[in-house]
Amino acid sequence: MFDATELNQKNERVEKLFRAGFGLMTVMLIIPVLIILTTLVVKGGSVVNFDFLFQSPTNGMTAGGIFPALLGTVWLVLVALLISVPLGVAAAVYLSEYAPENWFTRVINLAIINLAGVPSIVHALFGVGAFVLFFGFGTSILAASLTLAIMTLPLIIVATRESLQAVPYAFREACWNMGATRWQTIRRVVLPNAISGILTGVILEVSRTSGETAPIMFTGAAFFLPLLPQSVFDQTMALSLHLFVVSTQVPDMPEAVPYGVALVLICLVLLMNSLSIALRVYLRGRKKW
Amino acid sequence: MDSGSGMAISTTDLNLWYGTFQALFDVNLEVKPGIITAMIGPSGCGKSTFLRSVNRINERLGYVRITGEINVYDRNIYGEDVELVQVRKQVGMVFQRPNPLPISIRDNVLFGYQIHGQGKTASKSDQDDVVEDALRQVLLWDQVKDRLNAKATGLSLEQQQKLCIARLLPVKPRVLLMDEPCSALDPKGTEAVEELLWELRGKYSILIVTHNMAQARRASDECIFMLLGKVVEHTETETMFVTPKFEETENYIEGRYG
Repeated sequence: MFDATELNQKNERVEKLFRAGFGLMTVMLIIPVLIILTTLVVKGGSVVNFDFLFQSPTNGMTAGGIFPALLGTVWLVLVALLISVPLGVAAAVYLSEYAPENWFTRVINLAIINLAGVPSIVHALFGVGAFVLFFGFGTSILAASLTLAIMTLPLIIVATRESLQAVPYAFREACWNMGATRWQTIRRVVLPNAISGILTGVILEVSRTSGETAPIMFTGAAFFLPLLPQSVFDQTMALSLHLFVVSTQVPDMPEAVPYGVALVLICLVLLMNSLSIALRVYLRGRKKW
Repeated sequence: MDSGSGMAISTTDLNLWYGTFQALFDVNLEVKPGIITAMIGPSGCGKSTFLRSVNRINERLGYVRITGEINVYDRNIYGEDVELVQVRKQVGMVFQRPNPLPISIRDNVLFGYQIHGQGKTASKSDQDDVVEDALRQVLLWDQVKDRLNAKATGLSLEQQQKLCIARLLPVKPRVLLMDEPCSALDPKGTEAVEELLWELRGKYSILIVTHNMAQARRASDECIFMLLGKVVEHTETETMFVTPKFEETENYIEGRYG
């Protein structure tokens, strides 16, 4: 009794094999990240300093800093957020809290999923047609941000809806049974408990938005501008496009500069992502049920 | 307004269907005001269904159909001119599983009070009085007075259930419905909630559904026995447990089925 049979031993071997296999796959995921980061730091770390971040490019962009591009990315992301967050959160609240389960809701859900699957270059062309030409915003921050906003809407809707759905249904029922309206329930109970998930979605959107190149190329981002943008109707430089330009379009570019730009961009995105993780951990730690 | 019977809850020929399944058959009941009435009966006999239709929770399911009338203090709550929010305010409901909201103890007590509009004009000290009064009524004040801002979900189940009762009180409901309020509690918690029921008796009309016959016997003035969607017997609790009129009642009370 209690001795391992042949079958037990065989199962044990298979068990070990699979555990090791899956573990290996997981470790391999980290490798590209490590290689990318090390390469960027080694090759580009030397040019990244205070001046690089806060000065304008000079000598046909081969020297000087990247400040207009950095600022432009911040502009684009902020304006895109101002548009997509209210729209996306409102839509998600409607879909999660109000919408009846019928064909219309299913069509909307399908549309959102499809919107998420549209390639970014198609969004770019849509942006040109709709915002640059039809609405007459011209190539501007506004047009580019609107394009980015539309592109990231599904992201924010799905993240918001999921965090709303994660609030236990019993809480809503408890409110309704005391005579609370839908909106009272949403405002006092559902939203406060879903806010961490919504913020996570917002920050993920920020990191996605700040890295996108195609949607802004034709709608508002410029290769090089001598002046900083004065309003949302001006064009702007942007980090992602700047990276593309300095890597491929400028002759005699010192090798370190593109790597430096890439390093700044990836740090920005990583910073946003870790912020989102930290926030989620913090807010999750506060709620108990 | 109709007859003016003065009953807390009275129904006439109440029938209820879930889709095509009929759960209540011609229920005619009169629940007297100010006392505790218990509903007993085996699972699926319709007692919870009945309870849930008295503050119109059932209709949220969408496939529920009702005929007949449910009058609460002589007003048909399914009447066209009845405001659902007022029904929910006047008829409070307590559930099997305590369901406090994931906010502070204080905010839980004030929740109903605020959504029904009394909270806006009330000063902080008025609110404090409301909270204290409600928590005292449910015998919880001494245990939680020092941590009113703590999350309600961190309380013990017994305390949570008491809190769920307490949060109904600031809007001064006329009727309290309780759907097996002790089934998630241990014997000590059950005893505490039963004690609380007697405290609330007189101030509110209480209708409690229970699986626990000993509880019905201990904690009610009158008792209703239901079976397969019909009311079999409705008498004083003592009478029902000592000299039940019908054989079904007697068999159920003695545990021959259920």
